[in-house]
Amino acid sequence: MGTGLITLINRLILIAAFLCSTSASAEQVIKLASTTSTENSGLFKFLLPKFEKATKIKVRVIAAGTGQAIRIGRNGDADVLIVHHPPSEERFVAEGFGLKRHKLMYNDLVIVGPKTDSAKIRGVEEATIAFSKIASSMQLFASRGDESGTHLAEKEIWKRAQLNPQRTRWYLSLGAGMGSTLNIAVAMDTYALTDRASWAAFRNKKNHTILMEGDKKLFNQYSVIAINKKKHGHVKFDLVKKFTNWLLSNDGQKAIRNFRINGKQMFFPNANREQ
Amino acid sequence: MAGTEDTANNFLDALLLALDLITGLNAGLIEIVGLSLSVSLSAVLIAGSIGLPLGAALAVYNFRGRQISIVLLNALMGLPPVFIGLTVYLLLSRSGPLGALDLLFTPTAMVIAQAILITPIVAALSRQTCQGLYEIYQEQLRSLGATPLNMMLTILWDARISLLTAIMAGFGRAIAEVGAVFIVGGNIENFTRVMTTTIALETSKGNLALAMALGIILVLLSIVVNGVASITADSVSRSKANR
Amino acid sequence: MNILPLTLKNVTYYSGGKQLLKCNVTISEGPNTMVLGPNGAGKSIFLRVCHGLLKPTEGQVEWTGKEQDANNPNQAMVFEKPIMLQRTAEENLAYGLKLRKAKKDVIKQRVSQVLQRVGLTEAAKQLATSLSAGEQQRLALGRAWVLEPDVLFLDEPTANLDPGSTAEVEIIIQEIKKSGTKIVMTTHDLGQARRLGGDIIFLYGGTLKEHSPAEKFFDSPKTKEARAFLNGEILWGQD
Repeated sequence: MGTGLITLINRLILIAAFLCSTSASAEQVIKLASTTSTENSGLFKFLLPKFEKATKIKVRVIAAGTGQAIRIGRNGDADVLIVHHPPSEERFVAEGFGLKRHKLMYNDLVIVGPKTDSAKIRGVEEATIAFSKIASSMQLFASRGDESGTHLAEKEIWKRAQLNPQRTRWYLSLGAGMGSTLNIAVAMDTYALTDRASWAAFRNKKNHTILMEGDKKLFNQYSVIAINKKKHGHVKFDLVKKFTNWLLSNDGQKAIRNFRINGKQMFFPNANREQ
Repeated sequence: MAGTEDTANNFLDALLLALDLITGLNAGLIEIVGLSLSVSLSAVLIAGSIGLPLGAALAVYNFRGRQISIVLLNALMGLPPVFIGLTVYLLLSRSGPLGALDLLFTPTAMVIAQAILITPIVAALSRQTCQGLYEIYQEQLRSLGATPLNMMLTILWDARISLLTAIMAGFGRAIAEVGAVFIVGGNIENFTRVMTTTIALETSKGNLALAMALGIILVLLSIVVNGVASITADSVSRSKANR
Repeated sequence: MNILPLTLKNVTYYSGGKQLLKCNVTISEGPNTMVLGPNGAGKSIFLRVCHGLLKPTEGQVEWTGKEQDANNPNQAMVFEKPIMLQRTAEENLAYGLKLRKAKKDVIKQRVSQVLQRVGLTEAAKQLATSLSAGEQQRLALGRAWVLEPDVLFLDEPTANLDPGSTAEVEIIIQEIKKSGTKIVMTTHDLGQARRLGGDIIFLYGGTLKEHSPAEKFFDSPKTKEARAFLNGEILWGQD
């Protein structure tokens, strides 16, 4: 009985040591909250090691939807954000949680669907027209439905087309991430709105392909925002400054430009430039 | 027809991929397996330290509200992992009461969440087992002069084989859950990414074969851990009987 | 310091609204006290009330000298079914002594001595639950004996044993008596009562009908219930 107790205490000390070592590190670390499109496409896997090599600062990425990433930032659970929904970002900065929005890069949103394209949107030049065709032919459409950047952009398009797809039999509001939405779109033969990088990196395309692209209004702007030290004193502001500076510098922007999937450029750097 | 062929191909691909990853000692795989094991085993150690004696105490001590406590404990076994994840997230968030500990998005947070998840399971099963033994033992133990505390410790030791099953049940629940560790861990690559969150991630990236392969490996892992526990228990009990 | 005589003063025991025991009795040092009676007479309850496992609804259970209760340093009890712990035979024997925080060498010495006396030295390191029924009951006796109790209660200790094991157990009981322990035992085996008993308590329907030396009880029982019991008749109308 006595030896059992001693063994137990030893084990608890070991656990405590393990836990302490994994939570408090002497190395320099910042937490980046971003969206699944940047993480899942492999951009960060390509980009961040370059930054780490240059500065010895480790960046830990928490990938969630834009809304969740902003909430994480608001709570002070991350040091910096990279998201893609300007209205939410502006509100975030206005409320004082974010220090400043810096435009970082953009890509575009595209509409994917089955190659058979029953709604005949292939080659259409404007998203609003494509959406109208999908609605009028009542073809299935899978929406993320999760208030993410992509979802909010999608809602904008329906609004501009003066259509309300809610509660129709062909509109599937999933409340899911981009990947899950694409899996369902492919399985159920639906149309879907996605960003180019997520689609390029997606490995379950089956008979789906990009059917509509190039609409200037489907412009998807990413920004980097540092969390305001005044609201959350514990954020590692000095390290974040180095991070944002690097991203906006020639080195960072070049790295973004060099990121390819299947030889194609996915993100277009546009820091400090008009667009 | 095409659908079922697809599924069969997918599964076969997954199986082969799984074997490939295992035999090739894939570094990424080893990392997530290692983290899964250390998080869940740590959670099991904590849950066992709290849950086993708690269950024994509930079996042995009589007090007002004992019945309600047992009902509540059994009910807590069904706590949804996402709910626990969310609660722990709100507690550990910088904007929450325990924010100063800086534990969110670390393996520690994952251990905490899983420990909370499985302690009721271990405690409820412990209570069940110990109560059975208590009913058989109590007269004799009282006659020998045992206090309730003595009885608790004696029963815990005597029931050790069954209690191991309770521990394994807790481990199984922990290693297989994804809701809690995803929310409190953040699925950070090389830091808080475990097997289940990797499966979720690869599925969302459309890498279905890889996701399935990892699932197969997770099942194998569970079998191995349970096997080791069972063999250890067996050999210990057999050695005692043959002395 | 002996704790006998034990006196039950106006003791009753109720359960589920029914009176299951009512008696006034004194148990003294000396010959083995056998508690007899048909099934349902209250023998087991009587034993447990004496030992302190059950609290009487009314009345007092008075030992001489020390306060006695369910944590009974000077008494021990052996039950009809031996309850062995999942550990070796010698660890089972040592259990009660460990609870009383006895010294290691005292435990070692007493345990090996008792093992020998109950004839289980060979089985010392065997898992107790793997022993036969007879061996387990002998071990249970040993577990009580090792505590060197002033009083040993036994509740039908040989009811489940074959004649061979029964004989072994009876020998051990007599040895325990010889070593200075008072024996109080229930049995429904009249032959056993005659073999072992010096003092008879006869219960019927929860009440004490007779308490007399064995010879007197067996030769000339006072009550009609006792007479019927000794004649092997089935007794109806238990109140």
